[in-house]
Amino acid sequence: MAETALSGISVLDISEGISGPYCAKMLASFGADVIKIEKPVRGDVSRAVGPFPRDVPHLEKSALFLYLNTGKKSVTLNLHNAEGAGIFRELIKTTDVLVENYAPGVIKSLGFDYEALSRLNPKLVMTSITAFGQTGPYRDFKATSIIEYSLSGHQYINGEPDREPLQGAGPQPEYQGGLHGFLATLIALYSREDTGLGQWLDVSMQECMAGFHQFTITRYTYGGLIKQRNGNRYESDHPISIYPCKDGYVAVSASARPQQEQLYTLIGMPELIQDPRFLTPQDRINNADVFDELLAPWLKERTKEELFHTLSEWRIPCAPVADPADLLHDPHYKARQFWSEIEHPQAGRLTYPGPPFRMSETPWQVSRAPLLGEHNQEVYCGRLGHSSEDLVRLKEQGII
Amino acid sequence: MTEKAVLDGIRMLDLSRVWSGPMAVRMLADMGAEVILIDAPQARVMTPEYITMMKQLRVGGRHFPYFPDGDPGDEPWNRQGTYNDFNRNKLGITLNLTSPEGKELFKRLAKISDVVVENFTPRVMKNFGLDYAVLREINPGIIMISLPGYGMNGPYRDYPAYGTTLEQHAGFSSVMGYPDSGPYRTQSTYVDPVASVNAASAVMLALWHRRRTGKGQYIDLAQVEAGITLLGEVILDYSMNGRLPQRLGNRHAFMSPHGCYRCKGEDAWVTIAVESDEEWKAFCGATGSVAWSKDKRFANQLSRWHNQDELDKLVQAWTILHGHHEAMRILQAAGIAAGAVLNAKELMEDSHLKARGYFIEQYHPSVGIRPYPGFPVKFSRSLPQYRRPAPRVDEHTDYVFSGLLGMTKDEIAALKEKQVIGNKPPGI
Repeated sequence: MAETALSGISVLDISEGISGPYCAKMLASFGADVIKIEKPVRGDVSRAVGPFPRDVPHLEKSALFLYLNTGKKSVTLNLHNAEGAGIFRELIKTTDVLVENYAPGVIKSLGFDYEALSRLNPKLVMTSITAFGQTGPYRDFKATSIIEYSLSGHQYINGEPDREPLQGAGPQPEYQGGLHGFLATLIALYSREDTGLGQWLDVSMQECMAGFHQFTITRYTYGGLIKQRNGNRYESDHPISIYPCKDGYVAVSASARPQQEQLYTLIGMPELIQDPRFLTPQDRINNADVFDELLAPWLKERTKEELFHTLSEWRIPCAPVADPADLLHDPHYKARQFWSEIEHPQAGRLTYPGPPFRMSETPWQVSRAPLLGEHNQEVYCGRLGHSSEDLVRLKEQGII
Repeated sequence: MTEKAVLDGIRMLDLSRVWSGPMAVRMLADMGAEVILIDAPQARVMTPEYITMMKQLRVGGRHFPYFPDGDPGDEPWNRQGTYNDFNRNKLGITLNLTSPEGKELFKRLAKISDVVVENFTPRVMKNFGLDYAVLREINPGIIMISLPGYGMNGPYRDYPAYGTTLEQHAGFSSVMGYPDSGPYRTQSTYVDPVASVNAASAVMLALWHRRRTGKGQYIDLAQVEAGITLLGEVILDYSMNGRLPQRLGNRHAFMSPHGCYRCKGEDAWVTIAVESDEEWKAFCGATGSVAWSKDKRFANQLSRWHNQDELDKLVQAWTILHGHHEAMRILQAAGIAAGAVLNAKELMEDSHLKARGYFIEQYHPSVGIRPYPGFPVKFSRSLPQYRRPAPRVDEHTDYVFSGLLGMTKDEIAALKEKQVIGNKPPGI
């Protein structure tokens, strides 16, 4: 077995849903020992969300849960119970990282705010991921992903100018809370090597997403331009868009002059190179509809695969608009061994997306998500020294 | 005297371009790494014709501010908003890596650096003779990360790729769009910054490992793959059920009302998400307990979901009476998830982001004081440091070549002469 980057780092994941679990999944994937603490009986809320096989709900078969909790151990613990809280405090003493995503103030009401926990363990890194952060006027606002898209400037710019603004592709703000939490946790662990001290990390999904603009902010701060919705087009040149083709859609992104000239030639209209309608960015924007009409019939005769390869070979950036079926059958990801086939005792064998990046010395490692409370014995008896009788009693009392 | 930052003493060479790599490196620069940003000589050059053309660009009947406030100034290459945004806290030099002298100087810098970052297509560093195998010989502890579109191997490795093609290839566009439309791309080319945060994390993992073992390593990040990992449940649903995602517009698999509703004012919108029946009751109370809210078609979560077309019209009949901020505040006060749809100006003026100090102000000699997003996470101890604005072309030539490499003024002048480095576009 290869070395792992985070071997010896122990993590408690008391988060639910997407953001915190994704953060802890990334830590687990690079070698941290992650114990997920779940509510007795029902577990993480994502266990109830699905999608499920044939849409039949089952605690151990939610695709969302299975994906976001690979590589973790699961224990059940009622943090609202005094004895449960005591067990949690015991665990905290030998924990490096705590990941939580309660609404602001909840963790304090449980008595587990950073101040209290750092007294038990000054080296603790506590990663708190919330919709709007721990301070400020929106602190207690409620949010789901569509609200985050709106308050981070993304909703406004997506979609058609004459229609309602569009949300992004699923719960990306939640994923970004998790991804930024992961980065910040690594920075805090690195810092701890020098200072010997942990710290509290305040991750706001609104801020993660507000940082994900290329031009939206600077066009305003550098020139007063408020970016408008522009459909699938690009504001300062053309063609950079999505087009229908024979069997679906392709993205074409000819943003540089040589790429545009290549494209005109490829579609059998080299005369467009000299055409005054397409000479400058201004011409191409003004005549975008005209160009698209010229391009459409050529695209319609060709499949997305064909177009992807042909345009790419001509050095014109292009990609098929891929769906999951396209991705799973794509030879590129197969050649790169991107997919992991993971067997799970309840959910069976499924295909999971693989590493977001490959490290030569400390590769990503992946193993299945845990069953609810699967590691109670290992953690409570093995790590904390409880007896098997204790375990039975704790279970009967609903503490685990 | 600034306090010691987390990455003080770490030196990085940044060969990356545009967004994905530059923003990854900026995050580490904010944490104290010394970053030498290496541009090709003339890379930022703009010809007078180009400057005139871009200065006159109009989009949607409006002047397009390709240059700050429409003015290219004396040094337009130092006045680019995104460049200045993604390259703060970095030192800037130019170096021609196709020349033997340029390669040699890069190797000397690699010898005294900790991390090299690049986002070219895979053949570029190899053609320079500066791939990881070479750099490791010079500096065994070096960490190198490549973040090309498709990764360092596989059939598409040499294909050109942009953010404006990769998000479609990664699967995001298949999920995004109106229910009656084709796929949409984000206007923020989402895969680029996704690659940034992953890349910064990968470098932190490698630095951590090196600190413990002394070993460097190589990281291959395919931007398209970093994207796919954020569609986990969609991929698993296909694997589980053979089901392909539907484009839901602004709707949700089980919440309703869930959408983007028109408000009073020009292009003003609010998004609303109601999940449970308790929230629905609160929503009805907050919006004035009008008669339709008691309609049995909307009595529970499932019936609301099935009658969304009707429900959405009624919700919008309420939102249209209110400004978008006002609608958000009324609903949030009742515990309902609601958000004003902010445009760029409103985002910059958002009271919450302001209260949290999200935007920082920085002085840059070519563009004056402007606001920029700060580091996106708040640390109680490891505070980010905003020490200098993005470099002007060749600004740190003396520090790097004389200070770090010990070259004389004459040697540096000779490099300029031979265009191995170059501080100004030719003819200017």
